[in-house]
Amino acid sequence: MAVLIGKQTRAIVQGITGKQGLFHTKLMLEYGTRIVAGVTPGKGGTTVVAMPVFDTVASALEKTDANASIIFVPAPYAKEAGMEAIDAGLSPVVIITEMIPARDSMILIEYARNHRATIIGPNTPGIITAGESKLGIMPGDVFKPGKVGLASRSGTLTYEIAASLTHSGIGQSTCLGIGGDPFTGLNFVDVLKLFRDDSGTDTVVLIGEIGGSAEEDAANYIRDTKYPKRVAAYIAGRAAPPGKRMGHAGAIITGTEGTADAKMKSLRDAGVLVAEVPSELPRLLLQQVSPLQ
Amino acid sequence: MKLFEYEAKSIAQNLGINTPRGAVASTPEEARDIHKRIGGEAVIKAQVLVAGRGKAGGIKFASKPDETRDRATEVLNMTIKGERVNKVLIEQKATAKKELFASIVLDRANRCQTVLASDQGGIDIEEVARQTPEKVLRHRIDPVFGVRSYDARLIALKLGYQGAQQGTFTDFLSNLYRLSVIYDAELVESNPVIEMQDGRFVAADLRVIVDDNSLFRHPEFQDRSKEISSEVTALESKARDNGLAFVELDGDIGIIGNGAGLVMATLDLVKQCGGKPANFCDVGGGANAEHVATALQIIQGADKVKAVFVNILAGITRCDEVAKGIVDVKKVMGLKKPLVIRMVGTNQEEGRKILQSAGLTAMDKMDEAARLVVGKAVA
Repeated sequence: MAVLIGKQTRAIVQGITGKQGLFHTKLMLEYGTRIVAGVTPGKGGTTVVAMPVFDTVASALEKTDANASIIFVPAPYAKEAGMEAIDAGLSPVVIITEMIPARDSMILIEYARNHRATIIGPNTPGIITAGESKLGIMPGDVFKPGKVGLASRSGTLTYEIAASLTHSGIGQSTCLGIGGDPFTGLNFVDVLKLFRDDSGTDTVVLIGEIGGSAEEDAANYIRDTKYPKRVAAYIAGRAAPPGKRMGHAGAIITGTEGTADAKMKSLRDAGVLVAEVPSELPRLLLQQVSPLQ
Repeated sequence: MKLFEYEAKSIAQNLGINTPRGAVASTPEEARDIHKRIGGEAVIKAQVLVAGRGKAGGIKFASKPDETRDRATEVLNMTIKGERVNKVLIEQKATAKKELFASIVLDRANRCQTVLASDQGGIDIEEVARQTPEKVLRHRIDPVFGVRSYDARLIALKLGYQGAQQGTFTDFLSNLYRLSVIYDAELVESNPVIEMQDGRFVAADLRVIVDDNSLFRHPEFQDRSKEISSEVTALESKARDNGLAFVELDGDIGIIGNGAGLVMATLDLVKQCGGKPANFCDVGGGANAEHVATALQIIQGADKVKAVFVNILAGITRCDEVAKGIVDVKKVMGLKKPLVIRMVGTNQEEGRKILQSAGLTAMDKMDEAARLVVGKAVA
């Protein structure tokens, strides 16, 4: 069991003929992901990596039975690419593209909400259900099947932590990046809800960072609902100064809001195991027995 | 990108938003002439992007044009929180019947824009929100349909306006929202909004921050966004021109990594080991040798840097490319500072061979590497 993607996922790649799109389509296919078509406006009728390319998502859906999409198109076109996938009934829609204007993301996320579609990202490394399916740009080999569900606001830090979990013999169910932007389709609370109902997940790991209140909202949710599964977290950015964007558009401390220390405190107060450094996460999980075991 | 007050007001005027009569000046003489033209009592306002200019003495008043020239001379010689004052805005001082606060912000938690408004204007609104949260109105804006007239009217009503004044405030707020849409603003804030004796609402101050990610569709800001602002240090501007996500910090250990989250975690780790990071530098996913070499050159070239820590977890990035970049710097200009490399992931073995051939080694664990680099910076 897992959340959002698995063996049943059949995806199209929007922006398949671009450099990144093509490169990662190959890697996703190698991992075993079922990719059924690509879409690039103006390149319909051609073929790349043995994959038929269509001009629009709707025409791809006439010839294939896709149920999900991953988007690599450049930022100026990403909003409409996302809407096109939603209109075709695809979900989840994974948006790898970074530097999308906040207004575009905001409108797209509202559009998805109104159409009951799930958006992962933007500015995400994607999602992987270990051993089954990968819709993303993460290195597949650091993930191993298991019972830890992982959600993160960053890319490489996710690989760092997933690798250290795997190295310690702790496998994962589904790992996903919610995205490093101010507006994301899923937030930590949404992901906690998904993992709560997944029998294949007994522990949730949240990897947060400075900026916004997604971690505080997660802490409140965990406390208020007496969350039934074990939760552990690591928050990056304790050394970050206020008012500076640390690489991600969303990683900025504004005034006194969004500091790492405040996030760590609210998570601890909600009973979450909080690691001081990334390498402490596997140690915390090995020491603490899951309530389900 | 933050706009200067005079820039924000200029675009506001084009959208029918009232601002005080005035103009921007670069010299004391220009300031005097503007005062002559507008008459009345004048306000001289330093044009800087940092907040808190009022407390720093960057806002002055004058009743005669010659006095305005003298005050402008003083303000044009000021540096506020490290930012040189190059321009002053000369405006007619408005007599307020009432001062209000209005802003339109990106609301991350609710994934929409939200209007914040209060009848307690002209003072620190964060303080008002802390002390008396009921005095700050919050109104969600539908992301697709925007501010409709009844949204704005409801806010006007809650602020106590009825009849014609309700309509006037509704128009004012709707125009602020239009500005946020047309210019992709992360923030539009007027504090204070002045309600004049004649019933007009005037944006006496106006802050606008344009979303950097939207600059591709705003050719009008293209040149402006390239100007070096005091908020960006010389080192930051050099690094960013070379495609690096870079923030200068006040320590002495240079940091290079791939991925914003990993670099942030690296800074934290170095700090926890007792070291002080000199910078945040993300070479990004899929960085090639040249990219890594540029980052290393820029960082080891900074005087304050005593040691450099390269922390790479290769996924899309390849260790052999990273290693090649480091070795290139060693060959061409030499390694000027002690260097600690932690490098694991894709093409790890090839990468390590390249490093070894140049007499360099890479470590496996970032904790150990962080301790080592902190030791080297102290030594």
